[in-house]
Formats: sequence, C-alpha cells, structure tokens
Amino acid sequence: MEDLKNFIDKVGYPRLIIGGFLLILCILAAVLAIPIPGLLGDILTRVGMNGILVLAMVPAIQAGAGLNFALPLGIVCGLIGALISIEFKLGGFTGFITALLVAIPLSAIAGYFYGQMLNRIKGQEMTVGTYVGFSVVSGMCIFWLLAPFRSPELIWAYGGTGLRVTVSLESTIDKVLNNFLSFSIAGVRVPTGLLAFFALCCFAVWLFGKTKSGAIMNAAGANEKFAIATGINVNQQRILGIVLSTVLAAIGIIVYSQSFGFLQLYNAPLYSAFPAVAAVLIGGASIKKATISHVIIGTFLFQALLVVSLPVINILADGSMSEVIRIIISNGIILYALTRKTGGDLT
Amino acid sequence: MDSNAVLQKIKDRNQSFGEWAFKLIVPIVFIGLCGIGYHFSELPFIFVLNEVIIRLARNSFLVISLIIPVIAGMGLNFGIVLGAMAGQIALIFIANYSLEGLGGLLIAVLVSTPVAIVFGYLVGLVLNKAKGKEMITSMILGFFANGLYQLVFLLFAGTIIPFKKEGLLLSTGVGLRNSVDLAGVRYALDDIYKYRPDAFPMLTIPVVTLLVVALLCVTLTFFTKTKLGQEMRAVGQNMHIAQVAGINVDRTRIMAVIISTVLAAWGQIIFLQNIGTLNTYGSHEQVGLFAVASLLIGGASVSKATYKQALLGTFLFHMLFIISPMAGQNIMNDSQIGEFFRVFVAYGVIGLALLLHAWQSKGKKQSLKSS
Amino acid sequence: MTTEYLLQIDNVSKEYSGNRVLKGVTINIKPGEVHGLVGENGAGKSTLMNILFGMSVIHDTGGYEGNIIIDGNIVNPKTPKESMELGIGMVHQEFMLIPGFSVTENIKLNREVTKDNLFSRILGPKMKTLDFKKMGKDGREALDKLGMSIDEWMPVAGLPVGYMQFVEIAREIDKENLKLLVFDEPTAVLAESEADRFLKIVRKLADLGIAILFISHRLDEIIEITDNITVLRDGEVVSNLATKDADVHKIAELMVGRKLEQTIIKKTRDEREKEDYILELEDLYVDMPGEKVKALNLKVHRGEILGIGGLGGQGKIGVANGIMGLYPTTGKILKNGIPLPLNQPKKALDSGLAFVTEDRRGVGLLLDDSIEHNIAISALQIKNKFLKKLANINMMNEKEIRQHALEMIKELDIRCTGPKQLTRRLSGGNQQKVCIARALTLDPDIVLVSEPTRGIDVGAKKIVLDLLVKLNKELGMTVIITSSELAELRSVSDRIAIVFEGKLEGVLAPDASDVDFGLMMAGEYGKEEVS
Repeated sequence: MEDLKNFIDKVGYPRLIIGGFLLILCILAAVLAIPIPGLLGDILTRVGMNGILVLAMVPAIQAGAGLNFALPLGIVCGLIGALISIEFKLGGFTGFITALLVAIPLSAIAGYFYGQMLNRIKGQEMTVGTYVGFSVVSGMCIFWLLAPFRSPELIWAYGGTGLRVTVSLESTIDKVLNNFLSFSIAGVRVPTGLLAFFALCCFAVWLFGKTKSGAIMNAAGANEKFAIATGINVNQQRILGIVLSTVLAAIGIIVYSQSFGFLQLYNAPLYSAFPAVAAVLIGGASIKKATISHVIIGTFLFQALLVVSLPVINILADGSMSEVIRIIISNGIILYALTRKTGGDLT
Repeated sequence: MDSNAVLQKIKDRNQSFGEWAFKLIVPIVFIGLCGIGYHFSELPFIFVLNEVIIRLARNSFLVISLIIPVIAGMGLNFGIVLGAMAGQIALIFIANYSLEGLGGLLIAVLVSTPVAIVFGYLVGLVLNKAKGKEMITSMILGFFANGLYQLVFLLFAGTIIPFKKEGLLLSTGVGLRNSVDLAGVRYALDDIYKYRPDAFPMLTIPVVTLLVVALLCVTLTFFTKTKLGQEMRAVGQNMHIAQVAGINVDRTRIMAVIISTVLAAWGQIIFLQNIGTLNTYGSHEQVGLFAVASLLIGGASVSKATYKQALLGTFLFHMLFIISPMAGQNIMNDSQIGEFFRVFVAYGVIGLALLLHAWQSKGKKQSLKSS
Repeated sequence: MTTEYLLQIDNVSKEYSGNRVLKGVTINIKPGEVHGLVGENGAGKSTLMNILFGMSVIHDTGGYEGNIIIDGNIVNPKTPKESMELGIGMVHQEFMLIPGFSVTENIKLNREVTKDNLFSRILGPKMKTLDFKKMGKDGREALDKLGMSIDEWMPVAGLPVGYMQFVEIAREIDKENLKLLVFDEPTAVLAESEADRFLKIVRKLADLGIAILFISHRLDEIIEITDNITVLRDGEVVSNLATKDADVHKIAELMVGRKLEQTIIKKTRDEREKEDYILELEDLYVDMPGEKVKALNLKVHRGEILGIGGLGGQGKIGVANGIMGLYPTTGKILKNGIPLPLNQPKKALDSGLAFVTEDRRGVGLLLDDSIEHNIAISALQIKNKFLKKLANINMMNEKEIRQHALEMIKELDIRCTGPKQLTRRLSGGNQQKVCIARALTLDPDIVLVSEPTRGIDVGAKKIVLDLLVKLNKELGMTVIITSSELAELRSVSDRIAIVFEGKLEGVLAPDASDVDFGLMMAGEYGKEEVS
C-alpha cells in the first residue's frame, strides 16, 4: 500500500491517468485492428510539430512567471514572420529561415514589453496573461484585415480585403522540416528533420539551464526572496524567461505551420495556449517547476492520446467526440494544477 | 476635538485614485466610442434605441448575476457559464416535453434551480481550493464543464438519456441537434406586456422583462443589507479576519457562487426566450465573456461592482455591438472590422481590468509592508 | 463547586512533536483582576493563549494536558467559537479589523443586530435584515464606555493605530458575556500618550468586573497596571507573585534566568586594538515588518564574535537584514571605513559580507534544488566562481561544483545521501549547515548569522555553534550572531549587543549578570541609570 502511494506520488496523477487512458485506447485500437504504423507516424509528426510550443512553457515557469497563457503573443509574431517570408515568395529552407529571422526579434521585443508588464502584477500572471493572449489575438484580427500584404497567396482570390483565414503553404515552406532526411521504416514515416529540430530546441533550452544566466534565472524563479538575498535582479530574470518563452512560441508556430501545411490566422490562435499548458502539466510539471523531460513526456502522452483516440472514437461513437475529449482532458489537467496546494505558492 | 478634523481628512482621501479613475474613465471612454460609432453608423436613432432596450432586457440579468461573487471577494465569476448550462438543460427539458408559454417558462426556471444549485456548489468547492486564483480557475472550469456538457449531449442524449420528442435528436438517434427550437416559450416573458409608444411606432418595450430585472436589482440591494450579505462583504475584504470573527469563510464563498450560478441560469432562460432558438453547443460559451465585459465597461472593477454599473455597462456594450458593424462599414468600407473590433473590446477591457486590479492590489500590499 | 477565581489554568502541559513547550502551567485569575504575563520569546505565552482560545493548531497537534476552568467548571474550549461563547475575548497584536467597514460594522462583526423580514422567515436567519440603527447605538455605547468621541460610522481604513486598538477593545466589551479579556502586547504600537490613556481604560475595564490577562514586554507597564504577575520561562511558571512584592529588577532576573549551565568559552585572545572597526552602523533605520530598527548605532570590532540579542519584535532581526539590503534601510553603514551602498544586496555581498538568514526555508534555501547547487549559487552569482567558458558563454562547471560540495559536506558534516539530494529532504540542522556552507563559499570577511539554532535539535545546535566559533578562530572571520536565545549568545560571543525598540540598549560582556541582561531586554537598563 505504502509502495503504491509512493509510486503515485512519484509519477503524479496526471501522468498516471493519461498514461492509463492511453493504454486502454491502444488496446482498443489493437482490438479494432486499426493500422498501427500509420498511428505511430502520426504521433511522431504531431510530437514534433507541437513540441516547441510546449517547450515554450519551460523558461516562463523556470523564471517564476507560471504557465505562460499569453503564448498567442509569440504565436502572432511567428505568423507575421511566416507571412513576410511568403510575401517575398521565399520557399524551402530559405523561406523557413527568413520566417524565423523575422519572427525572433519581433517576439523578443513583444516578450520584453510583456515581461515588463508582468513584473508589475506578480502573482496574477496567469489570469492577466490569459486575457492578454485573447486581446492580442482579437486585436490582430483587425491587423490581418488591414495588413498591406500583396502576394496572391495571401489575399483573397476574388479581391476582398485582408488576408485569407488560412494561407496554404504548399508553394513555400510546406513540410520543409518534415521531409528533410525523412524515411520510412516498417511502414512508419519518420519526419527526421522535424524531430531533429525539436530535439535541437530542447537541447538549446537544456544547455541554457547549464549556463550561468540559466542557473541564476532558475534560482530567481524557484524562490524570489532567496534570489534577492543572493543579489539577483529578479525582475530582469523574469523578463529573460518571458522573452525566451515568447521567442520559442514564435518558432513553435512556424514549425507547426510548416508541418500542418497552412497558416491559420484570425481567431485560430485564440486557445492555442491551453493544449501547450495541458501537455507540460501532463508531463509532470507544476506551476513552479518544469523540465525538458516534462515537455517530452507530456507532449508525447497528450499527442498520442489525441492521435489514437480519433480513429477509435470514430468507430465507437461520433467523430466530434475526439475534440470533446481533448477539451475535457486539457482543461481538466489545468484545473488540477491550479487547485493543487503546491500550486498556491505563486500568488 | 481637533483629531476629528484629522480623521475627516483620512476619510476623504480614502478612495484610491486608480479605482476612482477606472470607475469613471472606462464608462466615459465607451460613451465616447458609442457616440462616435453611432454618428458613423448612420443608423436611425429609434432603431438603435429599440435594439438596445431589447438587449438590455435580455442580457442584464446575466450581467447582474456576476455581482455577488465580486462582493464576496472572488472576483469575476467566469463560472456563470455553468449557470447558463443549467438554464439550457432546463430549456431542453421543457422542449422535450413540449411545455409551452409562460407556464413552460416557469417550469424551466423551477427545473434549472436545483441543477444550478448543484453546479454552483461544485464550482464553489473548486474555487475554495484555488483561493487567490479564482478568476483563472473559474474560467478553466467553464471550459472544462463545457467539455462535459458536450459529452453528455453528444454521446449520452438518446443513449443513456431518453428523449421523447422527435426532431430533438440527430438523425443517427444519438446526440442532440445543434439547435433546439424554443418556439413554445419564445417571448413568453417579453410578450406579457409590450409597451408601444404611439409617438415612435418602431419602439417596443418589453415591460415585464425589464420589471424582472428591476426586481432583481431591488432584491440585490436588499440582500447586501442582510446578515449573509454582510458576511460576504466581510469575507470579500479579508478572509482571515472574517474567519477569526467566527464567519465560516468557505461556506460563505460557496453560497456566493451558488447564488450567482442560480441567477445565471435564470438569466440564460430569459436570454433564450427572447432569442427563440437554443444553439445547443454554443449558446453558453460566450456568456461569461460578454457578461464580464459588460460589467467592466460599466465601471466595475474586480473588487467592486454595483447593479448600476451592470446596467450602464450592458447598455454601452450592446450599443457598441449594434453600431460597430455599420460604423466599420462606413468608415473602413468593411463591416468585419466592426465585428472584430467589438470582440477585441470585450477581451481587451477584461484584460485591462485584470491588469489594473493586479497592479493595484500589488501596490496595496507594498504600502502595507512599509507602514 | 464554587470558587473565587474566574479563570483557572490548571496544570496545563503541551508538546509539539516531542518538544515540551508547556510544563504544568497553573495560573489563577479573579474577576476584576489585571494579571500580567511575562516571559521571553518561546517561553510558551502564545501556546498558552492558543490553548485558551481553542485554536486548531493545538488540537491538530494532539491537544494538551490539564484543564481550563472557568467559574469552577472545566471547559477546555475546542474551537475559537467555544471560547468566545465562554466569554473570553482577545485584543490582537495585529488588528483584526476590516478596513472597508465602518467602526460600528467592525464592532458588531458577525454579531450584527438583525430583524426579521419576509425572506428570513422562509429562508432562515441568514436572510435577516441588519438593524443599522440599533447597531450604531450599541457601537456608540461601547465607544462611550472607552471615552472615544469618534464617529461610529467612520470607515476604519486610515484611522490612526491608537484608534484601531480602541475599536478592537470596543468590539470586545460590546460582547455582553465578556468575562476575560486578553491583551497581547497592546501598547507596542501605541504612542506614549495613547499608551497612558490605554492603561487607564484597562483599569476601568477591570473595575467593571472583567478579568484581564495582560501580556507585555514593557515591565514598567506591567508593574504599573497589574495586580499579580506570572513569569514564564521555558514553558514553566518560574514565579507567581503579587505586583506589590515585585519590581522591574526582580522580574527581569526571573525572566532571563540561567537556562543553560554551559561553561563560557574562555577567550584567550590578545587584547585587540580597540579602534579597529570592521563595520560601523550609524543612525540605522530598517523597515522590516515586525522587526523595525530605529536609529541604531553599533560598531563591530575586527575579528570578534558579536552577539545581537533582544526580545522578539524589538528589531534585532532587522539589523542584519538591513545591512544586507533586504529591507528598506536608511542611515550609514561603514565597512572598513568605506560607506556601503544601502538597499543593494548585491553590493553588500560584493563587499565581502555573507548572510545566513533567520528564515531558512523561506529565504535561505532553494528547497527543490540540490545541495550542491544551493552551496554554489551565491558564489556563482557574486564571485563568478565555478564557471568555464564554452564558445564564449559562461557555463557552470559542474565538476568543480560537485567537488566543492563534497568538501563542504565533509567539512561541515552535512548528513545527506549525497550532493544531489534536495535540500527539502534534509533535517533543520543540516539545512542550516548548507546555508552556512553557501555563505562560506563566498569567502566573506564578515558573516552575519541570524537565529542559527532556531528549529534544530540539541545535537545539531552545538555543532553549528562550534562551527561558528571555529570559523572565527581559525579563519579570523568576524561573526555577527543574532539570536533569541540569550544563553546561546553568552556561550559563544565576545560581546553582546541588546536591541530594544529598534535601538541599541547597551552592550554587555557575556558574563554580565542576569539582572543586567533582563533589564536591558526589557528596556529598563537606561532608565535605571538615570534614576
């Protein structure tokens, strides 16, 4: 009994429940004779395309600013970067890298100002962040409508005002990473470039944690009073964390979009923070602590669950149930994290 | 005694500047916006007035349902989404049994109440576990409950929950249709008595609905002067001191949420009897957002709200709603801009209010430290 | 059973997880009596009050032995509500007033006068309407009893502290069944004139037949106002005496006593040059909540161990925190004669100061980080130690950190499973050693240690203290120890500075008499000399 409790404590309820649920779904999938290689390929792709957005949570949590619900802030910067690269008709890796080069400074600036703001409202970062994210997305809707883009890829074919709701990337950066060194093994398509890029980002964040500034930022986030007593400028460290998080979000959406094949504008990024938040929590992170392993485990569990549940539920019940399950799981996990005692330390 | 003069001074400077500014500046800005928008929309005055009155009648109840949790110090209760769900469950119930007219509406109110009490109790329990983070928690709770709600009506309707009336379920026999026709209770409340002033043929005023809202305002005023109301005010100001004084803080907070949820359920019923169709999976989603935005536009803050602010805010917010597409069309040659703009306003005003509140409460904490 | 006593605390004992904090305490109070309760911090006063008020912290930790007897009946209240119903009231040290409420609403908080209405008959008493007129009348009456002229409808927010205190008292005397009123350090926040007025009112209340339990550190006040005095020390009643038989001297001596018969380490140091000061504090003000320092002047000799003592809340903790720049500070701090920038922790650390905080778990440690990181982080930040370059980026040198941690673990005898263990899992004593190890890693020339032995067991206490002495002797570090435990200070320090009400009351040699220490801690030392 004691061992069981220790085990649960160590693994944590979120991982245990989601893991168990996934296991049941896998058994069901096997019973229903759903082709496994296809599912595996899907899981790999989706882990790669969502992973960086989840990774964006890590610096914010480590710097003590909690879950970054203002992820859309970075996302719109990433979208702008991608749009500009398309506007200049840049395709392939050139287009991808141009998109990054435009998006990174933009998101760093946005993150800097957002970080300044968060420093004035310590303890309420998540509530305010959520609505900052919403406001940015809805404000950008007006921007998309008025933005001076001319490329026919971007604007409506029949000449209406503003950008399209979804922009196809087929002729530009569609799947540049996914197809890079991609190969098939036993029917499973491995998106090597995508996974490698995700791994690279993870490694960069991990490496940052090993630098002096990374260690200092972690200390500032773990215990503000301690940090002050150690002569650390806590506010500066928090801004650093937010900037990194916002930049990663911008990179994340570009990677996501190239894999998805479309840029989704207007209201599409509205709830984009929630799956990322849920994934990192499922991985075992808390409002105060997150590591790279949480990101990888969480993204894998969450995406695997979605991938496997779709065909299973399609056979057993209505297709829209998969979306419903996603809503319940992601919000349920966030709710769990918010109501945990240890989660209260932030305020 | 001269110390009394000193005390008077203290009394005068009591109101903090930030709160005062938000209380006045926000409504003034929106009055200005509405004025400009009205001018450019080129809509006839009576038309706008008529629309605003209709919306005021159908939305105010929901907005006012937010006030009690604010008094109890729990901030803006985004969890009224659950109340709206309770109201919709009751409406689906009466639609299933083909209950019609005012009687049907009253039965819906009766059915929704116990459901809303249970929902409110559960929300209260969760929020008590997340003290200091009530707003984000209630918001996530709303999303979460929305998932469960969809699960119930998509999967259980027709399988576990039997439905009597034909046409409510999807053709597969499982899951509720996307929209439920509420023709039976449409205008059941509004149509009891509608005042049509002779001078303005285009104007119709749903008198009874407005009376119901007025009654709610009176009740609310009365409530704040009761023992329970006083306890909520005490808990809202300082939980610790209330606890020491022997007030059961957790219970009081749960009561506040229950009342809010029940009011929201009734409010949603009033809202939908005017709309006439229930969008099964969508009608409740934006309830929290629009109600909260309305309240804040009226000059309320996260810690202070009155029914006057609720009414003013509802008026301004919906005025903006009516005029902004036309104004957008006329200014920018695109009606979409207006639509995006009003959504932006809803999110933006909430974001701003939360920001100011967090800012202020941090300032207060600091000044306490140094005193 | 009838008795002349209103309240009898009968042979009450209490232990917190094996630590006996009260040992057979017996106190008897008659109606109309003002009874003083004095003792150092940790003597058991607050535990006793928690028992009296049925606070949950007592019952969650296994309850207590002995009885609380009121009017001859054993009552043993289990909840604050029960004690309230028994007629026990308390004026809190921190005000329990709701700022947004008026004076009357605060006086009647949760005891509002209500009247029935239609809804209350259906929905129950919670829906009763408040009778503001009646409430105002009651509030006025209570205020009048105290001779307060303020408007009963004035909001409490912004009232001067003295008034808030009176509102609190008004709330208590408004309770019809009030029999016993407890004052916990009531005059600490009051100005002198307010305090005089306050003491008069206390006397007046006693004349109304209310028994009063008066807790204070101000001994002159205790002598002036009380009828009887109980002195607590280490959870025991050391004396129960009538005030007329007592004087400030006697109480001071009783309070301090000689707790620990430890041989004072004989200093065999050479007479050092008197004028060589490593640290000088001039006119220091520190705004640390609860531990304010007000115009303190103190000079620290190079190479000495200086103890800073005093009662809780008098500001001794604020001194080190102010020097380190952790709380808003004004005044002048000279390190080796050079002014140290104020309010900048980094500058203080840069100048060779190191600090071991009194709040070990809150400020002193990264609880969810490893021992090795905890030890290394300050030196990493301040001294750029443990770094290596990788493509021009400063990387942590994990190998060096590990090696240093292992050395420290060995040297300070930190009991752990290894340098990777999280500090949260360590015992208090070992956590303290990690904090000291971190301070040492900075190679400081002054180390400030606050409450080094708080919350750690006896064995570890000795190790920690011996360690500090060793640092001082072998490395010549100047050590400033702040501690609530006088015995501890006397066993290691060269000199002991006593802080009272934010000021330096005086400096004593460790072998000075108990009476001197007692008087200084009670702020009576200076007064004696004048008279």
